Amino acid sequence: MEPQDFIDLKKLNFKPPKKAQIFVGVAVLLGLVLFFTTWFQVEANSEGVILRLGKFNRMVGPGLHLKIPFGVESVTLVPSQRQLKEEYGFRTLRSGTRTQFSQQQFLKESLMLTGDLNVAEVEWSVQYRIADPFKYLFRVRNVRDSFRDITEAVMREVVGDRTVNEVLTVGRTELTQVVEDELQKLCIQYETGIKVEQVILQDVAPPDAVKPSFNEVNQAQQEREKLINEARGQYNLEVPRARGRADQEISQAEGYAIDRVNRARGEASRFEQLYAEYRKAPEVTRQRIYIETMSQVLPKVGRKFIIDENTKGLIPFLQLGKGGVGQ
Amino acid sequence: MTFTRIFILFTILVLLVLSNGLFVVDETQQVVITRFGKPQGEAILDPGVHFKWPFVDRTHFFDKRFLEWDGASDQATTADKRFIWVDTFARWRIADPKLFLQRLSDERAAQTRLDDIIDGATKRSVAQHDLVELVRSSNREVQPDLTLPESERLSELAEIHRGRQEIMQEILKNSADGARDLGIEIIDVRFKSIDYVDEVRQNVYARMVAERQRIAARFLSEGQGESARIIGEKERELKSIQSEAYRQSQELIGKADGEATTIYAKAYNRDPEFYKFLKTMETYEQTMDKESTVILSTESDFFKFLNNIRGR
Repeated sequence: MEPQDFIDLKKLNFKPPKKAQIFVGVAVLLGLVLFFTTWFQVEANSEGVILRLGKFNRMVGPGLHLKIPFGVESVTLVPSQRQLKEEYGFRTLRSGTRTQFSQQQFLKESLMLTGDLNVAEVEWSVQYRIADPFKYLFRVRNVRDSFRDITEAVMREVVGDRTVNEVLTVGRTELTQVVEDELQKLCIQYETGIKVEQVILQDVAPPDAVKPSFNEVNQAQQEREKLINEARGQYNLEVPRARGRADQEISQAEGYAIDRVNRARGEASRFEQLYAEYRKAPEVTRQRIYIETMSQVLPKVGRKFIIDENTKGLIPFLQLGKGGVGQ
Repeated sequence: MTFTRIFILFTILVLLVLSNGLFVVDETQQVVITRFGKPQGEAILDPGVHFKWPFVDRTHFFDKRFLEWDGASDQATTADKRFIWVDTFARWRIADPKLFLQRLSDERAAQTRLDDIIDGATKRSVAQHDLVELVRSSNREVQPDLTLPESERLSELAEIHRGRQEIMQEILKNSADGARDLGIEIIDVRFKSIDYVDEVRQNVYARMVAERQRIAARFLSEGQGESARIIGEKERELKSIQSEAYRQSQELIGKADGEATTIYAKAYNRDPEFYKFLKTMETYEQTMDKESTVILSTESDFFKFLNNIRGR
C-alpha cells in the first residue's frame, strides 16, 4: 500500500458507513475467524487428539479436519509416527553425515556402579515412539522427564547386576536386550504411552583413570600370544630337523648293516673258494702262501735282525730302535 | 426503551452467573469444590463441563496424572560403611484431592513433604543394607569372558540376600505409609543412581587398576609358562627322536654284526687252523712297515734255509 493511498482516502469525502455495510463487514470477519478456528491440519507423522470442553472426544489421523470453534473443541497434535530419541552420557550437537558430539562429558549420567562394585562409563541412547497419544497426554505429566528417569534407573539397575567385564565385553548385547525389555515393561506400567523401539549402547568404557590399565591387559594378552608363538616357532624350527636327522642316522645304520653283511658274505665266499682249492694240495699251498707273504712283508720292514740259535746271546748288545722289543 | 435496558442487564447478569458457575475440567485435572472453605461432596474426576454455586463455591484444580518427584542427590552411608550418593525418583499422584487440599493445599508443599518422607525412608533403608545389596538385583550367573585367563573369569559376584528391587520396595512401602495421610499415593520409588562419593571413587579406581594389573600379570605369566612348556615339550621330543634313532641304528648295527659273525664263523669253521694261518699272513702284511723291527731266528720256517739247503 502506498502512502499516497492514505492521503487519497483522507482527501476523499469519506462518509460514515451504512448499517448494512457494518453488518457485512462483521459477517466477513466472523466467517474468517470461523474458518481459521474450524479447520486444522494434522501432519503425516502426527495424530490429533481432540478435547471437547476438556473431555477427550476423538482422535484424528493426518489430513485436514474440522472442529467446533470458539474453544469448545481444542486439538493437541502428537507426533506419534516420528521416531524420538533420548541421549544419555553424551549429546549430539548436530547430526548429519559427520555427526558432531558435544565435547562435554556427562559423567553424572554415564558413570555407574557394576555388580562387582567397580565403575563403568556407559553412554547410550534410546529410540522410542509415542504409541498411545491418549496416555502420553493424560496419564503422566512431563512424560519426557519421567522417561529419562526410568531409563537411567533401568540402565543402572541392569549394569548393577553385572560384572564390569560383562558390561565392557561379553554381555553387551544381552545387556541391551534386558534394558529394552525392562524399560518397555516400566513404560507400560507407568502408562506413559511410549513404545521403546531400540536401546543403543553408544560407548561402554572403563572410567578415564582406569583406561590405561585396561590397555595394559590388552598388551599383556598380546604379549602372551607373542611368547607362545615364539616358543611354537622354536619347536617348529627344531623338531622337524631332528626328525630328519634321526632318519639320517637310521639310514646310515642300515647302510652300515648292508655293508657289513655283504662284506662278510664276500669274505666268507672268498675263503670258501680258496679253501676248496687248498684242500686239494694243503701243504704246498700253505708254503706258497707263507713265502708269498714273507716276500711281501719283509721288504717293507725297516730293520731286520736274523739270529742264529748259537748266537742268541748277542741280542742284548744290539742297538735296538725304540718301539722294538723293549719292556 | 426501559424494557430493552432491563433485558440487556438481565442477560448480562445471567451470563455472569453462568460464567462463574460453569467450569471446564480437563482430562488431566480433578477438582475439589469448597464452600466458604469447607469441601463439598466428592472430588470431580470426570472431565467436561461442571457447575458450582456461583460466588459461593470455590474450585480447586489438581493434576490427576502421575506426577514426578525427583529427589536431589543425597549422601548416605551403607551398612558396610560405604559413603555413597543416592539419587532417587518417585511417581506419585494426588489420590485423595480433598485430603490433599486440607493437608498441603498445593503441589509445592507436597514436593517438600515428599522430600522429607522419601529421603528419610531412603536413608534408613540404605543404612540397613550393604552396598552390594543396593546395587545388585539378583544372584544371576555371570557370563564368563573367555578371553580372560581362567582364574580371572569368575570375578565372582558376591551373593546377595535382598537386592535392589526388594530394597526399593521397602522404601516405597515406608514412604507410601507416610504419604497416604497427605492424600498422596506414591506409586513407586526407584534409585536413579547410586554413586561413590569422590574420595571413595578414587579408591575404587585404584582397586580397579590393581585388578587389571593383576590380570595383565596373569596373562604375562601364562604366556611365559606356556612358552616354557612348549620349549620343554620340544626338548623332550628332540631327546625322544634322537634316542629312538640311536636305538634303532644300534640295533641295526648289532644285527648286522651278528649276521656277519655267523657268516664268518660258518665259513671259517670248515678249517679254523687254515683260517688262522691265512688271517695271520694277512695281518703280517698289514702291520709291518718300515718303522718295524723284526728279529727272526734261523729256526723260523723262512730263514731256516739260510744255514743249509735242508733247512735243519
